[in-house]
Order: sequence, then C-alpha cells, then structure tokens
Amino acid sequence: MSNGISCARWCAAVLAFACMAVPTAAADTVYVSNEKDNTITVVDGASLEPVKTIPVGQRPRGIVLSKDEKSLYICASDSDHIEVLDLAADKVVRTLPSGADPEYFALDPTGKLLYIANEDDNLVTIVDIDRGAVVTEIPVGVEPEGMGISPDGQYLVNTSETTNMAHVIDTAKREIVANILVDSRPRRAVWTADGAQFWVSAEIGGTVSVVDAAKHEIVKRITFAVSGVPTEAIQPVGIAITHDRKLAFVALGPANRVAVIDAQSYEVKRYLLVGQRVWSLAFNPDQSRLYTTNGVSNDITVIDVGSLKPIKSVPVGQSPWGVVSRP
Amino acid sequence: MRAIRWRQMTNRRNIMLMLAALTFLAAAPAVDAYAQTVQIGWLSQPIKRTLPLSYLDQPPEDEGIQGAHLAITDNATTGHFTGQSFELAERVIPEDGDVAAAFRDLAAKGTRLVVTDLPAPDLLSVASLPEAASVTIFDTAAPDDRLRGEDCRANLLHLLPSRAMLADALVQYLVAKRWPDILLVIGHSEGDSELAGDIRHAAQKFQAHIVKEKPWTFVPGARRTDTGHFAIQAEVARFTQGISYDVLIVADEEDEFGDELLYRTFDPRPVAGTQGLVPSSWARPHEQWGATQLQDRFLHQAKRWMTDRDYAAWMAVRAIGEAATRTKSTDPAAISTFLRGDRFELAAYKGARLSFRSWDGQLRQPVLLADAHSLVSVSPQPGFLHQFSELDTLGIDKPETKCRMG
Repeated sequence: MSNGISCARWCAAVLAFACMAVPTAAADTVYVSNEKDNTITVVDGASLEPVKTIPVGQRPRGIVLSKDEKSLYICASDSDHIEVLDLAADKVVRTLPSGADPEYFALDPTGKLLYIANEDDNLVTIVDIDRGAVVTEIPVGVEPEGMGISPDGQYLVNTSETTNMAHVIDTAKREIVANILVDSRPRRAVWTADGAQFWVSAEIGGTVSVVDAAKHEIVKRITFAVSGVPTEAIQPVGIAITHDRKLAFVALGPANRVAVIDAQSYEVKRYLLVGQRVWSLAFNPDQSRLYTTNGVSNDITVIDVGSLKPIKSVPVGQSPWGVVSRP
Repeated sequence: MRAIRWRQMTNRRNIMLMLAALTFLAAAPAVDAYAQTVQIGWLSQPIKRTLPLSYLDQPPEDEGIQGAHLAITDNATTGHFTGQSFELAERVIPEDGDVAAAFRDLAAKGTRLVVTDLPAPDLLSVASLPEAASVTIFDTAAPDDRLRGEDCRANLLHLLPSRAMLADALVQYLVAKRWPDILLVIGHSEGDSELAGDIRHAAQKFQAHIVKEKPWTFVPGARRTDTGHFAIQAEVARFTQGISYDVLIVADEEDEFGDELLYRTFDPRPVAGTQGLVPSSWARPHEQWGATQLQDRFLHQAKRWMTDRDYAAWMAVRAIGEAATRTKSTDPAAISTFLRGDRFELAAYKGARLSFRSWDGQLRQPVLLADAHSLVSVSPQPGFLHQFSELDTLGIDKPETKCRMG
C-alpha cells in the first residue's frame, strides 16, 4: 500500500518534470472548431488552457490555416460558405463561396486556392481566395469528404464516403486521373511529406490504406485490434504522419484510442487512450505534440510525441471537430 | 400532376445517364454495354392499409421504391468511375394483380436480382416459384420471424430487422436503464401476436420481467368525435390501474390505438414498442454517422421523409452496387455470392459494418430507438457481449435458428 503511494508520488514528480522538460512545445496556439456550438475555441499551447471562444457560422467543421498563418479558414457547413477568421482580431472578416454543405477542404501549397468537398452535391469546388470566387467544380463520387493535397500541389486526393473511393485529381488539368477503391466510408486522405504516399482512413471498414502515389496502388492495408473494444467500435478517421515518416497516428473514433504506427513497417506499435470518439488530429509546429478532438467528451487530448503519452485533456466546446496549431 | 412531372424528370435523367454511358463507351470501345449493366428488378404490391389513428402521418404511396431510386442514383455516381451502370426494372402490381406472373416476367427477361416490397405470404409464394431458384430476392418489407426461421428460403435476403431484433433492441435498452418490469399490451393482428412473443423471448433472454399481459379490446367507435378524449382517457386509466410496472410495451403495428396509451396510464409510466419509444431500422430524427446526408438526399428527391421501408430498399440496391464495385462484376451470381460472403460490408449510416447472417439471410444491423422527434438510443447496448459480433445479440442467433436451408 505504501509502495503504491510512493510510486504515485514518484510518477507525479516524473510527469511534472517531463512537462517542464519540453521547452519547445509551449509556444503555439491551438484552434478547435466546435460543430454544435458554432464556435472556435482558442487554447494556449503554453498553459494548455482554453483562453477564448469565438462565435462563427453554423456548424463549423473543417479548419485550415492560411499560408501566412494570419487567418483561419473555416467550413461553416450549414451556412454554406467558408469563413475567414482574422487571428489578430479574432473576428470573422470575410466569407468565401464554397458550394453547398462544405465539410472539409485543403489549401494548395501556394496558399491561393481552396479545394472544398461539397458533401451534398458530389462535387469538389475550387475557390480562388483573393478573388473570393469559384474557379470550377469537379464531379466526384457520392458524399465527398477527405481532401489531401500533395506537397508539390500537383495532385489532390478526394475521398467519397459512399462510393468508397479515393479520387486522384490532377490539379493542373482539373481532372480525375485515378480512382482507387478503398474500404467502406473513407474519411481522410493524408500525404506523406515526401509526396511518395497518401494514407486513406476507412471509418466503417476499420482500416487505413497506404497508397503508392506514383503507381496508384494500395501497398498496405493497416488493420487495428484493441483488446476489450468491439471491432465495430474501431472507426479510423484522422491521420497524422511525422515529416520524417517515422511515425503515423490514426484516430479510432468510438474506440477512444489513437493508434501509433511505425510508418516504415506499418506495424501498430501501441494504442493511446484519449477522449471519447476521437476524430481529428493535428501536430504542433515542431511536431513534439499531437492534439486530438474528442467529439463526445467535448475536449481535446494533448499527446507528447516523444514519450507517446497523453499528457492532458483540455475542455473545449460541444462536439469538437477540427483542430490546427500555429506558432 | 406531381407524379407526371417526376417521371419526366426521371426520363431526362435517364437520357443523361445514357448519354454519359455512350460517352464512356465511345472512349472505351472494347467494353460490352450489356455486360456492364446490373439489372435489378423491383416488385411491389401497394396494399391499401387501414388509416392510422393520427392523420398527421399518412402512409406514402411510393414507400420503398423511392429508396430504390435513390440507391440507383448513388450507384450510378460510383458506376461512372467503374464503367458499371444500374437499371431498375419496376413492376408495381395493383392490389388485384398477379404478383407471381410479374415475377416470372422479370425472371424470363434475365433479371436475377429482385428487390421486393411484399408481405410475407406473397413473398413466400414468389420465392417458392421454380423460376425463383436462380434469383436472389431482397425482402425490404416483411419483418416476420418465420421468414428467417421455419419458412426461410435460400434465395431470400432480409434487409429490415426481424420483429425479434426489434424486441431485443428495445428490451436491451430497458434492462440497461434498469426498467425491467413490463406491462405488455397486445393488439389483435398476427404481427402484434408475433411481436408480443418476441418481447417475451427478449425478456427471458435479457432478464427483464413481464408482470402482466393484456389484450387491447376496447373499441371506441368513431375515431373522431368532439369529446372522444374523455372516453379514451378513462378507459386507459382503468386498463392500467393496479399493476406495478416500469414500462408499458404496446404491440400495435396497425397504429390503431397505441398512440392513445401515452400520458393516459393510471401511473406515470413511459410507453414503448410500436408507439412511444419505437425500435426501428430507420427513424426521422436520426442524424448521426452521416445520416443527415442520406436524409437530405432523400428529402430532396422524394419531397418527404424516409421511412424504414425506403431505407431497406435503399440498402438492398446499395448492397448490390457495393458487391458489383468490389467484385468488378455485373454478373448476378458473382454479386450474390459476394453478398453472402465474409468480405461484404455495407456502410449504411448507423456506425457499423452491416453484413448478412449466413444462417438465415438476415442483415445484421444496429436498431435505432426513437420517438417522433428525438433519437433516444441505438442498440445493441454497451455491455451485451457476443463472441463474434455484438450485432448478433439482436434477433435469432446461429445456435437457436430454426432455419434449415436446403
């Protein structure tokens, strides 16, 4: 018994030390979209406390930082437009057209174009940010969702949830050049930093497909098993891959776990217990931390990437959906 | 008027689809047009149903087939990328028409995948025809347990949950809530009796307790009278007095009296079953797991809400589409084999992989528990464990099935 107490004290001390010993991670600011509250929660990366709640449009879901990191683009799904949040004033200063029901989007590497998935219309809409105008629309499969742009901006991967495909779109020609059948209800498509692969999560299929970006072939289908968790509860959504492609993280939805994967061998190394229905993932700028949005427990979990340990839960708004971090 | 306009729109859409298909064929001349089309039959016989107690929710005349239309559109979008197209050959038979003749006609034209919206007796007679031996029939309307039990057929797949699954889903929830004592009120139809039997079975399985069963025999006469509510209120209070229970479960599939039990019991007790808190395959308030998108697409197309029969028809046609995509084949035999195999999984907006049970052709699926305006829960409830799939805690499991497929 006394052993237990001393261990608890010892562990707490070590944990406190570990927290203090991470100097670089402290400087960022985290933005979380709260789907049910119609707000963005701002979390201070140093104190890991929520510092502000900003009202935005209806049903904010996907969020992405502008190239200069001075603005946040927000898919206001039920308002049927994109909002531009000025991060100096913490105010919505502009709206952009998006097509109906924008859920998720990607910013091209030049920072000039947004590629938006219109869930209800089976379209990908391309918007010129400076002009605030729709450039064109590309028809895709049923319920387009995931949007991943290659690091060189040449290819966009869009997933369609009911068609169960990843569509590879040539961004210069604005045409689909390949369709890759993946498992049921694909959600996210995330490129590796070297542009050699993109990874696609399948929420109902319960898998992540690793796709060779040059050959358009699935090179590995990663499966998950958590003891004590029914297989139906394993629903992969968010994916985050480190720049050096050593580690990948996959949010497993109602399994309440984040899987840690060796991104070279594709072996699942461990499962980290986080909040309920974990959904989106984002690194801080130096990738020493990973943030997760937990849609049912209304919080975000902060994971220390070095030790692969969840270090804190931070309460945010209702049904947190998207998350980004900026320096 | 609206029906005509709708048909014109459909024709226009068909023409556009044909043009799209022709464009595709022009680009890929080696593809044989017929080999790339999945032929799906639709067979229904709209039956004049008794008017429900409430005038607010009248049964739609195009129930079921609207779900099939939507799934054809969804399949066509996917087919645009795979070079497959999907055709629905529709046979809507009038009440005095010959269902068997229509089925034979479909089979003679080579249709080997037929979606039906038929009650159990008609479904069985069709499934037993010699012409049906090589046809896979997708039942989207009959919840009868016997179709998954003693009267099962190897050529039948069932998209809607059986009554046994609905009963299990509800009783699991009551047990999870620790409301185990049930007053069971039973209407006069055959379906009501079967559902009551399923509630008894579920109570035994999940350790709930039926404290009393009562048949509903009160006939109030004209449904609409100026002071009708006095008589009903008094009758329901009298009917439920002196019984100690947690929940009243009502079996009234025809909507004849169930709605009038709510708020009128002697003690303040919730009502569940066919009215009140209802277990069902689909429900209007359902919007989780992307269900909003299906609800929106359906509303946009049909100009009304999706019912569970629409949903079942959507699932049937989507299941065929999914099998065609995965097998890269339009061959009905390949599609049927795939549907019954381990690799088939259907995403259908209920947060789970749906597949067909090998022992009785039933689609395993979560069951929603909802009232008119809110989704209350989804069964299976956490903690009801199963060695293979928790979805198999609902309905008749492999060891207890009475189905013997030849």
